[in-house]
Amino acid sequence: MSDLLTLDKVALSYHTAGGETEALKSVSFSARRGEFLSIVGPSGCGKTTILSVVAGLLTPTSGSVLLDGAPVGPPDGNVGYMLQRDTLFEWLTVCANTLLGLRVQKKLTDESRAYARSLIEKYGLGEFADSYPTRLSGGMRQRAALVRTLAFRPKLLLLDEPFSALDFQTRTDVAEDVRGIIAQEGVTTLLVTHDVPEAVCMGDRIVLLSPRPAVVKEIVDVGIPGTPSERRASPRSARLAEEIMEKLRREDG
Amino acid sequence: MKRKTNGSGELTPHERYLLGVRRGKLIVRLWQILLFIAFIGLWELLTAVGWIDPFFTSSPSRIIATIAELMADDFMYHIGVTLLECTIGFTVSMALGSAIAVCLWLSEAAQKIAEPYLVVLNALPKIALGPLLIIWVGSGAKAIVLMAVLICIIVTVISVLEGLCSAAPDKLLLLRSMGASRLQLLRYAVLPSAVPAFLSVLKINVGLSWVGTVMGEYLVSGAGLGYLIVYGGQVFKTDLVMAATVTLCALAALMYGAVALAERLYTRSKNKRRAPDKI
Repeated sequence: MSDLLTLDKVALSYHTAGGETEALKSVSFSARRGEFLSIVGPSGCGKTTILSVVAGLLTPTSGSVLLDGAPVGPPDGNVGYMLQRDTLFEWLTVCANTLLGLRVQKKLTDESRAYARSLIEKYGLGEFADSYPTRLSGGMRQRAALVRTLAFRPKLLLLDEPFSALDFQTRTDVAEDVRGIIAQEGVTTLLVTHDVPEAVCMGDRIVLLSPRPAVVKEIVDVGIPGTPSERRASPRSARLAEEIMEKLRREDG
Repeated sequence: MKRKTNGSGELTPHERYLLGVRRGKLIVRLWQILLFIAFIGLWELLTAVGWIDPFFTSSPSRIIATIAELMADDFMYHIGVTLLECTIGFTVSMALGSAIAVCLWLSEAAQKIAEPYLVVLNALPKIALGPLLIIWVGSGAKAIVLMAVLICIIVTVISVLEGLCSAAPDKLLLLRSMGASRLQLLRYAVLPSAVPAFLSVLKINVGLSWVGTVMGEYLVSGAGLGYLIVYGGQVFKTDLVMAATVTLCALAALMYGAVALAERLYTRSKNKRRAPDKI
């Protein structure tokens, strides 16, 4: 399997009036094509910063980020970013929302429009295509946001705690849902979360980060087959999650 | 819900509630009308019995007579002049003010540089610029329109800019991650977010553009309602002053009504777009 994404000794410091804050010290990992990678770490350790760097929204102070062999520059539609909240535009219909990326990237053709429409239908939003997002439930909204991200066919999908705004029951359902769609579309994905069991249920591998400034402490192979709910039910996942949390705690101290 | 409209005409709790709401609204409206009639009636009565001198306060009947008299003369011309000045002032300040706000949004540096100027200009009593306006553009309708624009435009810039800046940061982040340019941010997220601010400034400016126009007419002008008021005051014709003031009130209310109607139509069309949903 070839690597789609490679981060090599990525470091990043913020400058504010109060001084310089080192967010990332040296982050190196790679994601294979079609892989689902979970990134966990203590809160405030720079997880979101990593996603911003990969998305091209922030330029690292040093180190390199390669996507499909090419260095990552300003956002160009190769990376799809899903934020903590679904951020559907309330003045656009669900259909218009899903076309947003295509419109911005000037890739709106009959073909791409039909593709977006097919995703809408395929993932059960057809009935709501011409409705406004206010009509959708929390889970449906996340699904619409995912379809919007997939519609412009990004090579890489970034999920920034996409379920944190949902209540527990919805959260597990939506996680199942989103994981299923991603598996079906075969997109390489980075998931950032502070919820270790969630990371275990969703990811093929898990990147463990240290507290800020972040370095990669370890990369764990999950190696548990099945959908998130099947994994959630398996005692192996619980054990693995416990192990990972123990490791994170140790790094805290 | 079960409707319980049996023979005795008993109401369900919800119907009773709706009836109560409707009755409450009716009472408010009734009081509003009553107050108006009482005020007019008292005014007329007190002047009729001579408790107050209509030479100073005029009276409703004399105002009506004066308006009728003026109508036969050139009242419509004066109304037309003021209405035109006010409408031009309103439109120009809305368009120009919004355009300036968008430009300031596009350039963060310009926004920061402009900030103290906006604050000072906002605090400055624009009437102080009156003499300068006359020197610059002469003492005609131009000076009046300019006065109206000066009064409205700063508020427009400040409010619209605030509306533009109210766009949710995560929407902007999302668009930026899609590769959106600053103009695309403006088009897809920032302008739609500013619509409520725009509508509210529209209503504020209806009032302010009248202030500006009448103030301008006080300063210069040989026609218009403001001119009639100043002229009436100088020759001690309170009937004329009052007649022009009442007309101003009516026109301002009419213009406000038009803007409020436009806003309602806008929200209704927005709701209608939401209507054909199946759940």
